[in-house]
Amino acid sequence: MSDCPEVNSPTSDEDRRGFLTKLCLGLSALIGAMITLPGVGFVLAPVFARPKQTWRKLGKLDEYEVGKTVSVEFKDTIDQPWAGVTAMSGAWLRRVSDEEFIAFSINCRHLGCPVNWVEDASLFMCPCHGGVYYEDGEVAAGPPPEPLARYTVRVKDGFVEIETSAVPLTTNDQV
Amino acid sequence: MLGKIWNWIDDRSGFSDVVMPMLEHIVPRDARWWYVFGSATLCAFIVQVLTGVALAMVYVPGGDAAYESLVYITNDATLGYLVRGMHYYGATAMVMLAVIHMTQVYLHASYKYPREMNWMSGVVLLFVVLGMAFTGQLLRWDANGVWSVMVAAEMAARVPFVGGYISQFLMGGETVGGSTLSRFFAIHVFILPGLIFAGVGLHLWLILRHGISEMPKADQPVVPETYKQEYEGRLEKTGVPFWPIAAWRDVVFSAIMVAVIVGCAIFVGPPALGPAPNPANIHANPMPDWYFWWYFAVLSMLPPELETYVILGMPVLGAIGLFVVPMLSNRGHRAPSKRPWAVAVVIFGATAFVVLTIYGYQKPWSPDFDVKPLPPEVVRSDDPNIQHGAVLLRDKGCLYCHNVDGFGGYRGPELSVIGNRLDRGELVIRINNGGYNMPSFASSLTAEELRQMVDFLLTRTDHPKQTPGEDPSN
Repeated sequence: MSDCPEVNSPTSDEDRRGFLTKLCLGLSALIGAMITLPGVGFVLAPVFARPKQTWRKLGKLDEYEVGKTVSVEFKDTIDQPWAGVTAMSGAWLRRVSDEEFIAFSINCRHLGCPVNWVEDASLFMCPCHGGVYYEDGEVAAGPPPEPLARYTVRVKDGFVEIETSAVPLTTNDQV
Repeated sequence: MLGKIWNWIDDRSGFSDVVMPMLEHIVPRDARWWYVFGSATLCAFIVQVLTGVALAMVYVPGGDAAYESLVYITNDATLGYLVRGMHYYGATAMVMLAVIHMTQVYLHASYKYPREMNWMSGVVLLFVVLGMAFTGQLLRWDANGVWSVMVAAEMAARVPFVGGYISQFLMGGETVGGSTLSRFFAIHVFILPGLIFAGVGLHLWLILRHGISEMPKADQPVVPETYKQEYEGRLEKTGVPFWPIAAWRDVVFSAIMVAVIVGCAIFVGPPALGPAPNPANIHANPMPDWYFWWYFAVLSMLPPELETYVILGMPVLGAIGLFVVPMLSNRGHRAPSKRPWAVAVVIFGATAFVVLTIYGYQKPWSPDFDVKPLPPEVVRSDDPNIQHGAVLLRDKGCLYCHNVDGFGGYRGPELSVIGNRLDRGELVIRINNGGYNMPSFASSLTAEELRQMVDFLLTRTDHPKQTPGEDPSN
C-alpha cells in the first residue's frame, strides 16, 4: 500500500492513516470488551459471592449418644438443583453433653482429604498424607498445619442443627 | 471424473502449491527412529480429540448426572467401553510420549540455536497436557474425582494473597457442588484443548521454519553465527524429502502406538469407576492417576514447613527452569558424549521419577485403615495379657502406621524387634507422650491397656525365648 502514490499531501495522508489506525485499535478494544466482560463477570461471580450460610437439621436430639462421634450429612449452602449428590457436605458430630455438640469438618487441613474417626484410638486420621488429629481436633501427627475446622452446631426444638460453611482452605481462614 | 474433482479441489485449495512443498521439505537423512516421538504425541492428541468428542456426546457435565452417564458409557453404550478406554490410555500415551519426546530433544540438545522457541512452546504444551490429564481425572466424577477437586482447591489456596480466590474459582463457589464439575468440563474441553491446538500450530510452524535438527555429532558444535548456512549446506547435499522418505517411520510408530491404545482399551478396559461422588462420604482414599504418583509421594514425605514452598514452587520453578534451558545455553556441543551433566540430569530425573512413583504407589506413609488383627503365629504367646496387648495394638491404631512382622502400615518405624531397642520405661514414655509424627496416647489408654501393650511390645525381640514373661512353648 505504501508504494501507491497518493495525490494528497504526505502530511494529511499520514494524519488520516494514523487516525484510522487508532480508530481500528480503539474499536477493536471496545468489541473485545463488549464480548468478554459479561462472560468474565459471569464466570467470576461465584468467586466473590458470599452466600448466606443456613442452618440444616441433622436429626432429633435423642438420636445422638453422649460421648459418641458420628458422621453426618447435610446439604451445603448452594444447593443448585443440578448438583445432585454433590450438594452434600459431611461433618463429624460429637455429643459432648446433654445440650453441647461439637462438629468437625471432614476436610484434613493438609490438602483437604476426608479424615476418618478411629473410635478406639480416639483419633481422626487422614488417608492421604498421614495427618492425625486428637479428639479435640488438634494436630497429633503428620503434615497438617492447623487443627480441624469446626462447624457451628445448636439444638433447637429438639433437633440438632448445623450451620453450613465454606470448605476450610488451609491458608485462608474462611470458616 | 474423480480426477476432475480433485483437480478443482487442488487448484482452489492450493494443496499441491502450498501443502505439498511443506510435506516434502528436506530433512536430514539421519533423522531416524529417534525422531518419532513428537509425531506420536501429536497422533495421541488426535486420538484424544476424536474419542473426547465422542464421549462428550453422551457425557453429562453436571454434578447430579455425570457419574450415571459414565456408568452408562462404560456398561451400556455401544462401544462406550472401548471409547472410554481409548481416551484413558490415549491420555497416558500422550503424557508419556510428550515426556519421552522432551527427554530426547534435551539429550540431543536440539533446543539450541535456532530452535529455542520450539523448546519453549513445547514446555508450555507439556504443562497444558498435564493440566488436561489432571482435569480429565476429575471428570470421572466418582469419589476419587470429587476429592481430587478438593486437593486441587487446597493446593491453589496456598498461593499468597489470591489463593482463596483461585480456589473458589475452581470450585465455582465455597464448596464442591453443582458448579464445580461444569467448570472443570469447560476447562478440559474448551480452554486447554484450545491452547494445545494453538501451541501445536506454533510448534509445527517452527519446525518448518528452522528444519528438523540433525543427529548430534561430537565434532559439530552449534555456532549460531554460521549454523544456518552450514545446516542448509549439509541438507542440500544429503537431505531427503520428509514425505515419504522420513515420514514412514513416524507413521509406523504411530500405528503401533494407536494399536497399543486400542489393545489396552479392549483387553484391559477403562479404569473402574469408584464409589458415587458424595462429598460427605468419608470412606474415600483419593489417589491421582499414576503419572502423578511421584508428586503424591513428594507431598507425603516433605517436612510441613517446606510444604507450601514445594506445592507452589515446584510446578512454577519446574516450568520456569525448563522454559529457560535454551536461554542458559543455546550454542556449543550437542552430543551427549560432550554433555555429561545433561546426561546426569536425565538419569537423575528418571531414577527419581521411578523411585518416587513406586513409593507413591505403595504409599507406606499413609495410615493403613484396612489392617487386619495380628494372627496367632505373629503374636506367639498363650499369655492372655500379651494377646490382648496385640489386639490393642490394632484397635488403638498403632498398626495403621507401624509394622509387626509384615502386618501393618509403614509410616512409622517397624516394631518387629522393638524389644531389642527400648525397655519398658522408654516404651511407656513413647506411647504416652507421642513424639515426632506420633500422637500421644496418654488420654485414650487406661493403665491396664498400656501395660498390656507394652508387655506385647517387649516380646518383639529377635531372641523371643529369653524374654521374661514369654511362654517359651510357642
